[in-house]
Amino acid sequence: MVELTDQEQRWLHGDHGQAMQLAMRLIVTAAEIDGAAELVEVDFAHINSCHWSGRMSEDFAEFLLAEGGRLSVPTFTNASLIDCARPELRPEVQTPAAVRGARRVMEIYEQLGCEPIWTCAPYHDAAARPSLGQHVIGSESNAVSFYNSALGARTNKYGDLFDIAGAMVGRVPLSGLHLDAGRAASLHVQLDDFADDAFDDPSTFHALGIWLGETVATSIAAVDGLPRASETDLKAIAAAGATSGSVALFHLIGITPEAATFDDAFRGGTPDRAFVVRPDDLRTVAGRLSTGDGPLNAICLGTPHFSVDEFGDLVRLLDDRRISPSVEVLVTTSRAVSHEIGLRGWGDRLEAAGVQVVLDTCTYYTPRPTGVEGLVMTNSAKWAYYAPGILDVDVAFANLADCVESAVAGEVVRS
Amino acid sequence: MTTATGSDPGDFVVGRPLVVGEASGALLRLDAPLSFWGGFDPASGRVIDRAHPQVGESLAGRIVAMPGSRGSSGTPGVLGESLRLGTGPTALLITKADVNLVAGALVASSLYSRVCPVLLLGEGEFRRLPENGIALVDASGRVSWEPDSEE
Repeated sequence: MVELTDQEQRWLHGDHGQAMQLAMRLIVTAAEIDGAAELVEVDFAHINSCHWSGRMSEDFAEFLLAEGGRLSVPTFTNASLIDCARPELRPEVQTPAAVRGARRVMEIYEQLGCEPIWTCAPYHDAAARPSLGQHVIGSESNAVSFYNSALGARTNKYGDLFDIAGAMVGRVPLSGLHLDAGRAASLHVQLDDFADDAFDDPSTFHALGIWLGETVATSIAAVDGLPRASETDLKAIAAAGATSGSVALFHLIGITPEAATFDDAFRGGTPDRAFVVRPDDLRTVAGRLSTGDGPLNAICLGTPHFSVDEFGDLVRLLDDRRISPSVEVLVTTSRAVSHEIGLRGWGDRLEAAGVQVVLDTCTYYTPRPTGVEGLVMTNSAKWAYYAPGILDVDVAFANLADCVESAVAGEVVRS
Repeated sequence: MTTATGSDPGDFVVGRPLVVGEASGALLRLDAPLSFWGGFDPASGRVIDRAHPQVGESLAGRIVAMPGSRGSSGTPGVLGESLRLGTGPTALLITKADVNLVAGALVASSLYSRVCPVLLLGEGEFRRLPENGIALVDASGRVSWEPDSEE
């Protein structure tokens, strides 16, 4: 049974209203399920409850607002269903309940005091980017993995309702990835036979992430033998591993913050199992992400939301060329990154080239965005993995350079 | 082992209440875990996961016993929606604690005053549950049942 402070007792007894009481009940129940003896205070939260997923998202948000819900820590919002600046992306007349519901839920979470960043890549924003050892609340799967793996911050993956409950009371059960012992690798993954330039192709990192998720499921793996990984590459592994499996933490020996050495990654322990990955394994994985061919209708980039660095790559690869009028190119990102690329003059350049920058949402969510149909190309393994099932489209998966050449040519081009 | 009132010593088991409440209904013992998100349709109250052995079965108004559990962050919304519509289970008996099922049931009870107790059973208790019959859940976590009718 978890021990509670006086403040926590008052929340639980309803002294501060029904919303705080329900939030505390959720956290105490989660602590009992986890077997946690105490709660741990968090510094901020990135929540997904603000993403409309049916009537209960709306009713729950209304309840929190009406019954005195208050946030105890800075709380940042995950991506929404709608781009407020571009309503034609998901027209209200086609799916009124979802679009109106999403808009209402966005309003309520802003009224509750959330920071309306509407992004699945909160780590691009300094205020929502934790540092080594910091306890936070993560909900969106790629952000949870990036926080834990790339930054060494500490969060479990909190589902809808729990994330906002934790943000309201400012604490979560001290369990799982919040504990030192919960962060040790149990599986060793050795990369073998890769050529020196194998990791020059960013798709390799996406494929490695998919392979990890499929192979290790929820276990913590330490990957040995990667020469380097940029922030974009770490993001790719995090997003893909959380898509094909439920990887919430991985270590890259010699690269990620808690894995300077083999012993650090295993926290002095030894691996339960060992795996070897060879180039063919990753080629097979990447090959499976492409599901069909035919005329190219659209190219979707920015899953997770594009960073300033990735926009830099896009601008450089596109140079002064225009995209083919037969192809829609949609790049999803956050308001903050969009502002930054505007300051650099890249926003205007991309618009002139025919690229559409989409804010606040993602293109693989249902309802299907206008123009995303038939064969769609993407550089994101996460998008490629989900979209055929969710949107009923075919996918051509390739790296960003091939996506750009295809955008210009108006058909799938592979180097 | 004998019991005070039961005609058959196997006619009740005790679980740990994760969501406290009372319920009654026809017992449905699932043969495999069910992911409510993607595997259950709250509009019809039926199992829609084609890979599930009991696809097509209705959970509405039933005490649903499930070995293990398969939660996802979409689970609370789906379970909660079924409780709002009255197409959901009246109680859940699970052998592996899942915070997302618990969250859906707790929040639905606050929002819609529909209490769906969630009980954690040991593997042994789970195996003692009958295949069907009418069962009762009480606030202490006791699940009792009547012998199956001969119809």
